Amino acid sequence: MDEALLRSLTPSVLAILVRRGADFAAAEDAVQDALVEAVRGWPADPPRDPKGWLVTVAWRRFLDATRADAARRRREDLVEEEPAAGPATGVDDTLRLYFLCAHPSLTASSAVALTLRAVGGLTTRQIARAYLVPEATMAQRISRAKRTVSTVRFDQPGDVATVLRVLYLVFNEGYSGDVDLAAEAIRLTRQLAAAIDHPEVAGLLSLMLLHHARRASRTGPDGSLVPLAEQDRTRWDTEAIAEGVEILQAALARDRLGEFQAQAAVAALHADAPRAEETDWVQIVEWYDELVLLTDSPVVRLNRAVAVGEADGPRAGLAALAALDDSLPRHTAVAAYLHERDGDLVVAARLYAEAAHKASNLAERDHLTRQAARLNSRPDARLDAGKGPAC
Amino acid sequence: MAKYLLLKHYRGAPTPVNCVPMDKWTPEEVSAHIQYMRDFADRLEKTGEFVDGQALAPEGQWVRYDGEGRPPVTDGPFAETKDLIAGWMVIDVDSHERAVELAGELSAAPGAGGEPIHEWLELRPFLTEPPTITE
Repeated sequence: MDEALLRSLTPSVLAILVRRGADFAAAEDAVQDALVEAVRGWPADPPRDPKGWLVTVAWRRFLDATRADAARRRREDLVEEEPAAGPATGVDDTLRLYFLCAHPSLTASSAVALTLRAVGGLTTRQIARAYLVPEATMAQRISRAKRTVSTVRFDQPGDVATVLRVLYLVFNEGYSGDVDLAAEAIRLTRQLAAAIDHPEVAGLLSLMLLHHARRASRTGPDGSLVPLAEQDRTRWDTEAIAEGVEILQAALARDRLGEFQAQAAVAALHADAPRAEETDWVQIVEWYDELVLLTDSPVVRLNRAVAVGEADGPRAGLAALAALDDSLPRHTAVAAYLHERDGDLVVAARLYAEAAHKASNLAERDHLTRQAARLNSRPDARLDAGKGPAC
Repeated sequence: MAKYLLLKHYRGAPTPVNCVPMDKWTPEEVSAHIQYMRDFADRLEKTGEFVDGQALAPEGQWVRYDGEGRPPVTDGPFAETKDLIAGWMVIDVDSHERAVELAGELSAAPGAGGEPIHEWLELRPFLTEPPTITE
């Protein structure tokens, strides 16, 4: 059975139920039930019209549930008024669902969970595993989120930026468990791009594709982090890069620049370099300048300092870095790198060790510890060994 | 089956035999250590004894309630003297002997010079649910 097809039908089926008058929370439960039934029944007995089948079964589930409800009378009136199941104009419905699930009244973690379930068609268990929380916790998070948005009118226009932030968060989570969240984020962003013509949606899709293209080369066989400059570029997915670049070019041509397009432009310039030494750092710095104007984000300024270090030399990078707050995440790691490039290996080694101490994830911590170890184990640095903090 | 917590300390444990800070190892020794830890967890997953494992950042603080309508009091970052937990692994094993055996294996993870660190790990049994049959 084609699970991808099944999941891609989720939002439009849900939207049809809602349009027929089902409240969002109950409709969402009914669609989940129908999906489970499809997974069980379709392999032996595939329907001719998968979407029609899902709508019928989900609607029946919804009715069963509401009939059992205290609100029986009122809902049965609703059933009688039920419009005939016509073909849905799926695009607008899907879009409205995205807006609802990313509604600003939701916390980021709730919006992410609700989007993955209601738009993505993932089960609560799959989402719970992906985020390493107990299933019961995730179930509560989702039902609270549904309660929160149940007062939102389904036809209110939404803000694309909130949707993009949610999808960006999903993508950045990478993957654990049996669900590949990065791939899921790409699928959902692709679906969104088909539903709405917006340069920033295209920008985010391009950004995701360009980063995803490097995934195979980003970790070594032992799971360790491989920095961009050391990645085996022959392992980059050229098809994904070509698609990302094409989408980005079409978006940029519309002359409505936004932060995702600018970030994608940086990624495209990296993708464009056959070898790390051939990277066009001068242009990358220009894109970071645009990003600073667009976001005024300290994280962007930090990345810009790295790019300046490559374009104009480590001293220039360190000067750019000096203007930034040193409590920024990764500030110390960047300082270590720039000092190493500047030839100050003793300071660099100390800063790498300090950066490892401050790292917020294991892969980065291990990587930075190795960098410190690499510098400390040079023959002329061995004299220092044994000093420093206890093990 | 009984659950045990294996606690690894940044500070506060007795000094191990092979005591060299990690950033003074060679990169290969660092990699070997990480691989050993990874293999250990994988093996326990295969034997059906692994429950959970997490690492903690070294930074943290004390927090306590300070009365109605007042923000909680915080203290820290932790003083240098504080016993500081680096991470844990939870295992579910048949006996106390098995728990000790596994803790010993984990403590043998290689460090500087590729030699075992002989790191002291804290082994703590979980309190269990009361049994159904009591007589």
